[in-house]
Amino acid sequence: MAELVAVIASTHHPFYYKASTATGEERPPFADEWVRKVAAFRETLTKARPDVLVMVGSDHFHQLWLDNMPQFLIGKAPHYDANWYNEEREFGLPRMVMRGQEDLSTYLLREGLDAGFDLAFSNELRIDHSITCPIITLRPQNDLPIVPVYTNIFAPPLPQPKRFVQLGRTIRELVESWPSDQRVAVIGTGHLSLELGGPRQFGPHGPDPEFDRKAVEWISTGDLDGCLSEVSLDSLHAPGNATHGFMDFMLMMGVAGEGRKADYVDTYDLFHTMEAYFTWYPNNGGQP
Amino acid sequence: MSKYLLNKFLFTVDRDPELVERYRDDPQGTVQWWEETEANRILNCHTGESSTWLRFDDTERTALSTHDYPRLFELGAHPFLTLTLFIAMFERDHDEPLGFQLEYARRLSHLSLPYPDIAT
Repeated sequence: MAELVAVIASTHHPFYYKASTATGEERPPFADEWVRKVAAFRETLTKARPDVLVMVGSDHFHQLWLDNMPQFLIGKAPHYDANWYNEEREFGLPRMVMRGQEDLSTYLLREGLDAGFDLAFSNELRIDHSITCPIITLRPQNDLPIVPVYTNIFAPPLPQPKRFVQLGRTIRELVESWPSDQRVAVIGTGHLSLELGGPRQFGPHGPDPEFDRKAVEWISTGDLDGCLSEVSLDSLHAPGNATHGFMDFMLMMGVAGEGRKADYVDTYDLFHTMEAYFTWYPNNGGQP
Repeated sequence: MSKYLLNKFLFTVDRDPELVERYRDDPQGTVQWWEETEANRILNCHTGESSTWLRFDDTERTALSTHDYPRLFELGAHPFLTLTLFIAMFERDHDEPLGFQLEYARRLSHLSLPYPDIAT
């Protein structure tokens, strides 16, 4: 069977690429420390020596649109083009191409359907910065095949938070039962408190530092019960109007497991939002 | 009222570099053209079919035609779509980093929770 060698949850800050590659007067004062933190985070994936990456993210109205909106979707294709014109325009992100691990996509779709998740699929999926940002930060050589998993945290009505956790648990079970000798890492990105297009956007910190503190505590201690008891679709409006992206972190807590403390935790308080990086090594006593 | 159609306008303009410039330079003309020729086009579908029933009401048409992004927020347009398109059009007019984004927040500062429902 395949081995789950790392579980990684991260924010996906689209400005990292531009900040980390800027030079001279263009380079923001927070860039050097940010690069240092990301390099240390990257090492936690490198050490796990993965062969395949399952990448959990959320399309930001690029390919998935309101005339045909899936709640949970798995890409099944041999290749994925990535990043879009408006991401190039606003964030300076490069166009990318990734290889797909199509047999794992096939397995997750069939077994996921049979496990009670009516998953949508796409045979031609252009992915966006929710998945390319962690490639840029964690695997910039972009040399590993991926399986993209998209969740709807963006266009209500949304699935309940517990459904994200359940999907995370199911993804873990399926990765670990995949008849293969591959080493698999599951990487998912979301947000802590975040406001986009509202009065609290682009402040000196995230819009709700108290929520961020609690969120980091829930994730780093694997406190799914505490998290699920406080987080609802309604409650997530309060920390910021884009905070439903936190449910992708909850999905990753589901992958990591109830009560499972993260083996690596780091945060970085930036303008607009707090960066947060977590790694679990699930099957080797906390070692890669 | 059609939050869906507001979003469809923002979505289709935002993804087209020429339309972004056209909407910046001539909002009223662009909205009129779009409503007449594009509003009923079914996206993610081949071009031979279209819908027949989609149109703006006067409030929506005026908000789009005057670049009134606080009003679009109040009408429940998706904030991410509005923000992304308006950054593309107007960030260039500000010298300071994040100058437009902060002005945008200020112009919405009269709003408090709960925000308008964005469900479509």
